Amino acid sequence: MTALGADAVADVVRAEYGRVVAGLIRRFGDIQLAEDALGEALVIALERWPQDGVPPNPAGWLTTTAHRKALDHLRREKVRDEKYAEAAMLTDDTIPEPTGPVTDDRLRLIFTCCHPALAEPARVALTLRLLGGLTVAEIANAFLVPETTMAQRITRAKAKIAKARIPYRIPDQADIAERLEGVLAVLYLVYNEGYLSSSADNADRQDLAEEAIRLTRAVRSISSGIGSPPEVDGLLALMLLSQARRPARIAAGGSLVTLDEQDRTRWDADLIDEGHALVRECLRRNAPGPYQIQAAIQAVHTDALDASLTDWAQIAALYDQLMVLQPTPIVALNRAVAVAELDGPHVALAVVDGLKLTAYAPWHATRADLLRRLGREDDARRAYAAAIATTENPAERAWLASRRESLGGPTSRRGSRA
Amino acid sequence: MTKYMLSVVGTVDDEMPSDEVMQEMYATVGRFNDKLTEAGKWVFGGGLAPIESSTTVDATGDKPTVTDGPFSEAKEFLGGFWIIEAADLDEALQWAKEGSAACGGAVEVRPFDDASQ
Repeated sequence: MTALGADAVADVVRAEYGRVVAGLIRRFGDIQLAEDALGEALVIALERWPQDGVPPNPAGWLTTTAHRKALDHLRREKVRDEKYAEAAMLTDDTIPEPTGPVTDDRLRLIFTCCHPALAEPARVALTLRLLGGLTVAEIANAFLVPETTMAQRITRAKAKIAKARIPYRIPDQADIAERLEGVLAVLYLVYNEGYLSSSADNADRQDLAEEAIRLTRAVRSISSGIGSPPEVDGLLALMLLSQARRPARIAAGGSLVTLDEQDRTRWDADLIDEGHALVRECLRRNAPGPYQIQAAIQAVHTDALDASLTDWAQIAALYDQLMVLQPTPIVALNRAVAVAELDGPHVALAVVDGLKLTAYAPWHATRADLLRRLGREDDARRAYAAAIATTENPAERAWLASRRESLGGPTSRRGSRA
Repeated sequence: MTKYMLSVVGTVDDEMPSDEVMQEMYATVGRFNDKLTEAGKWVFGGGLAPIESSTTVDATGDKPTVTDGPFSEAKEFLGGFWIIEAADLDEALQWAKEGSAACGGAVEVRPFDDASQ
């Protein structure tokens, strides 16, 4: 056993949360009970582990401890006699081993969380809470809503699952076909939260990013029965090609490194190969969708050995396709970045200024960069400040601050003779 | 098993269908009801007489009152319902899809409270 600080213990706990809670929900068929029991086990872990060290199998320890706590709860609540009898039959303390996609507890749980009888914002929130182990405060932050609102949303969804008896079971082929789109949408959002965390504590959440990839692979394997829709491959490729750049994305000092400045030799070649193969397969099937197009854009980026070799015309053409399917201001903003490379920052700025995504840090950051390239340093400085004010992410803030610094102070510029 | 109420909601603006359409609907709903019964899911169900035939009774005050008309001023009202037994919401939703197609109206699915069963 190794002794660890409380922060490190919290990291272990967060990484194991989804697996443990999904197993408990399978055993007890009750989300609230599973969460309460795990909560108690976590309190004990946070007391003991910093002194005694983390046990060799933290997920197993948490499962066993939470399982006992859940049985204690059931014993105390005589009303739940029937459930107690069921649970007592399952008192084996063995750790549920991952045995493939269909018996995967977490995969079952995501189909429960993404049930069409739940409102979409609740689906994403529940998945992040139960499978991602995010706190209610973190989820609220990610969706820019007050914490009390998010807490109510999650509580209401859990109450509906319990009262209306939304089942927790392996989805059949008909369910998969009907719910796949919703599940993919949630996995995409979970990956995004892992790729660039919305919290002030982490640049990214690798556990979430990896979990999203793992679940997408699992969904892909169970959707083969309905001919594995190409959007599943598209989403997986999109995740893999984004993940491939991870080793080059964050500098030693914790600041974000933008695509044009990344050391491309540090990209993960295996992930790129796998992602490119999926994109080629999607092209062959010729049924484009939003995830496939975004994956193709990533494929063009990761094809270039040097940023200067990027095929921007191809990227702009792909964004044009994406705009047809998803005419949102965020897609338009990303398209404008390609336009800046093709037609110059002046043309791109006119597009960006028309979008008015004032609560969205990348909008301010893109504007700032275009203003900088146009030599409008004072405007750029204000735009960087606005970008910093709209993001909590420490790596993004560090990068934006360094960009702003590189402009030099307003007075020093005026006083410079160079 | 959980009991679910499948409610068929009508609005005051709904046009009265022709006799022929009504007969056809009674027949399909009848077949659906038979299927529910054979599957052992049927608890109770039926179509309600027009909303104008309702009377509201309120005995929460000192003296019970009896008033002509529905309780709510809402434009939507209950037109008919089924109460079924189902293993979970997915099964209830499956029956609701068939019921909705049979009666030609949207169906609201709502579980009974555990404590009342």
